[in-house]
Amino acid sequence: MMGRKNASERFMALITWAAAGITLCTLLFLVGFILVKGIPHLKPSLFSLSYNSENVSLMPALVSTVIMTLMALIIAAPPGVFAAIYLTEYARRGNKAVSLVRLTTETLSGIPSIVYGLFGLLFFVTALGWGFSMLAGAFTLSIMILPLIIRSAEEALKAVPDAYREGAFGLGAGKLRTVFRIVLPGAMPGILAGIILAVGRIVGETAALIYTAGTVAQIPVSPMQSARTLSVHMYALSREGLHMDEGCATAAVLLVTVVLINAVSARIAKRIGGKA
Amino acid sequence: MNRMREKTMSAVFLISALTSILAVGLICLFLLVNGIPAMRKIGLFNFLLGKEWSPADTPAVFGIFPMILGSLYVTAGAMLIGVLVGVLTAVFLARVCPQKLYKALKPGIELLAGIPSVVYGFFGMAAIVPLTGNSILSACILLGIMILPTIIGVAESAVRAVPEQYYEGALALGAGHYRSVFCVLLPAARSGVLAAVVLGVGRAIGETMAVIMVAGNQARMPVSLFRGVRTLTANIVLEMGYAAELHREALVATGVVLFVFILIINLSFSALKRKAE
Repeated sequence: MMGRKNASERFMALITWAAAGITLCTLLFLVGFILVKGIPHLKPSLFSLSYNSENVSLMPALVSTVIMTLMALIIAAPPGVFAAIYLTEYARRGNKAVSLVRLTTETLSGIPSIVYGLFGLLFFVTALGWGFSMLAGAFTLSIMILPLIIRSAEEALKAVPDAYREGAFGLGAGKLRTVFRIVLPGAMPGILAGIILAVGRIVGETAALIYTAGTVAQIPVSPMQSARTLSVHMYALSREGLHMDEGCATAAVLLVTVVLINAVSARIAKRIGGKA
Repeated sequence: MNRMREKTMSAVFLISALTSILAVGLICLFLLVNGIPAMRKIGLFNFLLGKEWSPADTPAVFGIFPMILGSLYVTAGAMLIGVLVGVLTAVFLARVCPQKLYKALKPGIELLAGIPSVVYGFFGMAAIVPLTGNSILSACILLGIMILPTIIGVAESAVRAVPEQYYEGALALGAGHYRSVFCVLLPAARSGVLAAVVLGVGRAIGETMAVIMVAGNQARMPVSLFRGVRTLTANIVLEMGYAAELHREALVATGVVLFVFILIINLSFSALKRKAE
């Protein structure tokens, strides 16, 4: 009896450790594979300012990624943070509108990026007549990151102690002043962590951009022009199948960028977590 | 003056809060308006259950059953891998892992969650496809890896949320450590674990770029684990670039089908999450 119990105990231990081992090995292999394959192919020509099929430069895509990220954040961050302010500071408990906002935010966060891409194509590109453009891409992405920003801002605002608000009211500040001078600064690190996480999503996004921002491989001069971000560039390279070495290098750059962005976000989030 | 400002700003906050409702409304509206006519022209039955997709033929045939099956097969395979490894790893992290190892493993898994899908796809092309070809199997393996962090994250917090007394009670009754974890804690956390699985299904069925890069994308009925397959998501990306008229509408309708799948999955996820809480 004792022996059988021991055996089953040992078996469960084995599969648990094995699963964790598989996860760890997959992680190491994946990251190692991309870095080992990619880094040797990093050449100065990959970073020349203009793209041609000779140098397969990723620089224009990198610049477009930065512009695209800024545009999407400018569009999404203010309404996202304001929505969170409404949900935490203004809405009354049991408000019907609030539960509808929660439901739709949750729905948005579950929609796959290709559906966003399809919507962007139908609405911004076709119905509004913007064509394949940075602007259409940025608006599509901004809807995609909206739930992320709302949720993290909400968490951050909730974490600000009520005593701060009461103190401000007690000193005679109005609601608006309390929100902007006391609550918002206190919640800033959390909001920032959410925004940086959103940057990670934007940088890694492909499916939502192919049919909204298009795939032109040069630096855009106006928001109405088409341009490809680094992820779209990466996909285009792998589709052509001609420049696998450059593709490896681009994958490594993309991986390192996104990992850094996420690490910074986690860092900031942890700092507030430690303080609270 | 001050009152005015208070009033206008609270209106601004309210309007901001309503943007997500507006966004969901617009997405539904535009997908349906552009997708439903195609379903009507082709016939809902022919569209959903038609076994042939050949937009270039005259007359063109639009049946997305191969792609529906493709999405389901690939998702099922990915879940088999992802759930098995993911839930066990979650148990490991929550109940077995030494503190030191946890500090290294947890950020690693978070890193896995942040890797863009094109990079996964690229990894699949370069490391998995040479072994298993452009096939259902490759897509399953790659997607299985991609949904790991999602499943691990949700399942781990579900296992952690079970009150400590459950575990202690099991130990007191003479069960060993692992027996207490697997026979008491894990069943107690089942709503949360199930929520993790459902979230994983949503991720897997909606994944696009990585799948395109390894699955082969032939628009025909899936025949074997080692042959190519096309998913609903791949169908949209591959043909949207040059599609026109009915073909284009049929692709939007494919998106509608995908959207309905996702809505069902999301609703069951939030129902499960509520139950877990």
